Amino acid sequence: MNLSKILKNGFLILIASLVLTACATKKTTTGQLQGDVYTGTDSVEYLASGVPDRVFFATNETVLTTASRETLRKQAAWLRKNSDINVVLEGHADERGTREYNLALGERRANSAKDYLMTYGISSDRISVLSYGKERPVDSGSNPLSWSKNRRSVTVKAN
Amino acid sequence: MIRKIYLLIILLILPLKVFALVEVDITRGNLNPLPVAVSPLAIDKNSKENFKKILKKKNLGLEISKIVENNLKQSGLFNPLDKKAFLQEPDIANLKPRFEDWNLIKAQALVTGRVTFVDEKLRVEFRLWDVLAGREMMALAFTTVPSNWRRVGHIITDKVYERLTGEKGYFDTRIIYISEKGPKTNRIKKLAIMDQDGFNNKFLTLGNELVLTPRFSPTNQMVTYLSYFRNLPRVYLLDIETGMQEVVGDFPGMTFAPRFSPDGKKIIMSFAKDGNSDIYTMDLENRIVERISNHPSIDTSPSYSPDGKYITFNSDRSGYQQIYIMNSKGKNVKRISFGNGLYGTPVWSPRGDLIAFTKLHKGKFYIGVMRTDGTGERLLTENFYQEAPSWSPNGRVLIFYRESKTNSKGEGFSAKLWSIDLTGYNERMVETETDASDPSWSSLLSN
Repeated sequence: MNLSKILKNGFLILIASLVLTACATKKTTTGQLQGDVYTGTDSVEYLASGVPDRVFFATNETVLTTASRETLRKQAAWLRKNSDINVVLEGHADERGTREYNLALGERRANSAKDYLMTYGISSDRISVLSYGKERPVDSGSNPLSWSKNRRSVTVKAN
Repeated sequence: MIRKIYLLIILLILPLKVFALVEVDITRGNLNPLPVAVSPLAIDKNSKENFKKILKKKNLGLEISKIVENNLKQSGLFNPLDKKAFLQEPDIANLKPRFEDWNLIKAQALVTGRVTFVDEKLRVEFRLWDVLAGREMMALAFTTVPSNWRRVGHIITDKVYERLTGEKGYFDTRIIYISEKGPKTNRIKKLAIMDQDGFNNKFLTLGNELVLTPRFSPTNQMVTYLSYFRNLPRVYLLDIETGMQEVVGDFPGMTFAPRFSPDGKKIIMSFAKDGNSDIYTMDLENRIVERISNHPSIDTSPSYSPDGKYITFNSDRSGYQQIYIMNSKGKNVKRISFGNGLYGTPVWSPRGDLIAFTKLHKGKFYIGVMRTDGTGERLLTENFYQEAPSWSPNGRVLIFYRESKTNSKGEGFSAKLWSIDLTGYNERMVETETDASDPSWSSLLSN
């Protein structure tokens, strides 16, 4: 009787802690991920000092995060200062989608970055868009962190 | 090259009034493949010498029988018996088999034949025998150029398969695909073509630019695919025979996901502009471009029904990738996939009754089929990553590609072609010289 009660309670505690940890892994920012958007700097290069070249996206998403918008505002300022420079926005997807859909997704991600640059005064004539779909990952890993680095739009100097 | 099928069918199948006992049911998974004996084709000394000189094959009769044997085995429906157990010489068996001998080794069907060198050509005759009934089921002869010798084996298989299953075969066919090499982060991709059994592999591009998603025209002379030539991803058209290439249409942005219409007159594809992908067609004769879908979502992976009246495609207009159907003018759009997960790459079966697709659900990828109204969804195979099914011309087999999971260091990536029967049985890797993806199955080359 007593024993079964103890076991029961123990079991409840076990369940409770499982639920808690499940919540914990879902919600918190773990290392270089916020949700499933990459926030680290591993693959990031710089167009100029303090101007990161890329922004990252959530799975199947093309919405720009707060951090992405900040990066793009820096890019826009740099482009305004260097009016002779044109750029290509290269849109990418991770390997967890069909090839054809990912080509479209990469195009949409790059355009989402392009639209934002345009709202900060950069002429569309200076920006071209190129989607690579899932063809050019920067990280060859098969795990959520690698995938998050690959869901990106990279601003590359065109001239 | 494909067009120049130098193949004369001289004798047609002799009419047979007898109702054969041997038959194979291909509508179910076949767990008891039919035991069949494929005798080496008889060959006379003179022919042997001639073929040896031209084709560098010691015994062409034996070689051709091996092609037939391998095809039958790969189909999963037949169990070719070991030649060592055969008691009868090929030439005598082809005249009149001693059925008791073949019965003894448990063969239910027997293929015999003869190959001869006549006027610089290869002449082959073959017979299919019902061992239990002790009767000839089929006899056929044809003549071709010696260099077509592998195709001879495929044509024999097609005829045997058709006679025993009641459906057209898929062995005298080719696969066009993307050959892959190099690190995952910078793959070198080439357009490649091979026979259905992996032989006669040939590269059609050099690997200087990224190429993706090749698809055959209905007559197999042309291929449409995506090329990143000069970093401008566009749909191209390639004539396999002449090597001539051209861009399809004059679009101010990326075109992708091309396929031919069933009459071969149009190419249907996606065109992406300002973050939106819609479906377009271009008429190859008058170059007229038509917009088929018009929606702010991503519309891609279009595929016609065999009668050309409908189009199935992939769209995320519901928020996630799902499969839709519309008529060939882009009207009456209807969503047909409603299961849990994401659905992509719908491909209409050549028989018209099914749509094959890729499904992503809970981190796993599936190849499946559903009826054209979305009912009867059936998942055939589950894996870490696989997609892009393409139908065999008889609609009984699907070929697709699979990618492996890399280890913690990001090593061990591979891409391979696989095939599976519509029944969900007979899953096999298709051997290729290099890593491979994006397979597209041709129609029957001879018909």
